[in-house]
Amino acid sequence: MNQVRVPTPLRKFTGGSEAVEAEGKTVATLLADLDTRYPGIRERICDESGQVKRFVNIFVNGEDIRFLQHLETPLKSGDELSIVPAIAGGR
Amino acid sequence: MSHAKGLKCRECGAESPIAPLHVCETCFGPLEVQYDYDAIRRTLTREVIARRPPNLWRYRELLPIEGEPHIGLHSGFTPLVRADRLGAVLGVKNLWVKDDSVNHPTFSYKDRVVSVAISKAIELGFDTVSCASTGNLANSVSAHAARAGLNCFIFIPDDLEQGKVIGSTIYAPRVVAIRGTYDDVNRLCSEIADKYGWAFVNINVRPYYTEGAKTYGFEVAEQLGWQLPKHIVVPVAGGTILPKIAKGFRELRDLGLVEGDFRIYGAQAAGSAPVIQALHKGTDLISPVKPQTIAKSIAIGNPADGFYVLKAIRESGGWGEMVTDAEIVDGIRLLARTEGIFTEPAGGTTVAVTRKLVAQGRIPRDESIVICVTGNGYKTLEAVADGVEQPFRIPARLGDFDALYAQLRGNREASAG
Repeated sequence: MNQVRVPTPLRKFTGGSEAVEAEGKTVATLLADLDTRYPGIRERICDESGQVKRFVNIFVNGEDIRFLQHLETPLKSGDELSIVPAIAGGR
Repeated sequence: MSHAKGLKCRECGAESPIAPLHVCETCFGPLEVQYDYDAIRRTLTREVIARRPPNLWRYRELLPIEGEPHIGLHSGFTPLVRADRLGAVLGVKNLWVKDDSVNHPTFSYKDRVVSVAISKAIELGFDTVSCASTGNLANSVSAHAARAGLNCFIFIPDDLEQGKVIGSTIYAPRVVAIRGTYDDVNRLCSEIADKYGWAFVNINVRPYYTEGAKTYGFEVAEQLGWQLPKHIVVPVAGGTILPKIAKGFRELRDLGLVEGDFRIYGAQAAGSAPVIQALHKGTDLISPVKPQTIAKSIAIGNPADGFYVLKAIRESGGWGEMVTDAEIVDGIRLLARTEGIFTEPAGGTTVAVTRKLVAQGRIPRDESIVICVTGNGYKTLEAVADGVEQPFRIPARLGDFDALYAQLRGNREASAG
């Protein structure tokens, strides 16, 4: 089982929860599982072709999945996922 | 008398009212302020602007605040310096430096965006302002919050140099050092913004914050005698200022205040160049990088608005380049030696990239060029400390100075001969 941190714009899918549980062997399968638990949430994260949208960043244990294996990044039980809007920052 | 109508998602077009929101609820795209340009066109003329005080609020119809501005009354309207001596070295005829290293009160372009963000935060009813930052932004938020009498929380990574920390703590905000990287700090701040209801200038009031960057472009056009430069070179970090300078130019053109075309160029350090790499590859997809450069103020490996930087560069017919840390230090020294302006590594990057683009023939030598300097070198002395001449140490005796001077003159004649 994995914990998923959910940003504000997606909390209407999770009944207001900022962290929920889901599982999967990869980020992609976890997102599929998340979508069965909270129907509709995946299409806010991924586009029609299944890729992560341009303005969404996904982190596994604090590391951006674009530095790992993108959606195919393997997960083990206990790994923590964060879904974060990309628009922030400026030093 | 605001002309700001609301917010609109740049990706999917969904609209929302003016509020502390920065991300589209539907698609996560960035929200942008919409204006009633027809109303602005009826009242805003060059003469109206010229009568106003020399600060960034002289373009207030094009900024998203309702009433009188609360702060930033001395921010902006920094010098546009004719740079003939630097131009001679670069081999160009018509060169200018827009110098935000002397912006008030904290010596960087951030005083523009923060002036707008905090004025808007006050209008929206916030009593606490905040940011995640490693330097210039933290300095500016701290100073403006002090002046406005607001509570202020600054979040920084816990491994920052003392000088950068003191540049904020002197204004007496609460500074919280987070064990982690800048990206960790930024992510934590997104969560804190949600939970505590504070105005994070670069998170939940970001749509207003970024509008402040347009004033850099407005001033360049006004100071050139209401003309657009043919070419303008801009440093790229998170990607706020470059697209907003382009937007500012387009707004002035749409309002009939200027005419003509411009080309805009991006400058990054080779150790943190995700946008330039995507530009050169011809793709829209920006792959994040782990920054490794002395140009810390522009070392963002995962730029929020990088996509819009690419778009603005391509739409204008411009280009971009990256330069090494050694070239950046050379750029800092060259600008100081030729024009008497001491910039931080971000500015050195822009000078060095301009030099490269001219040498490549990307920028023609006989058209107007503006180099954007956005920060001050006195904040980042360590970046150049090893690259400058050390003082000559002599006793307080005229004879010793005579000997030294004769030696120096000999050296100069030898090198001139």
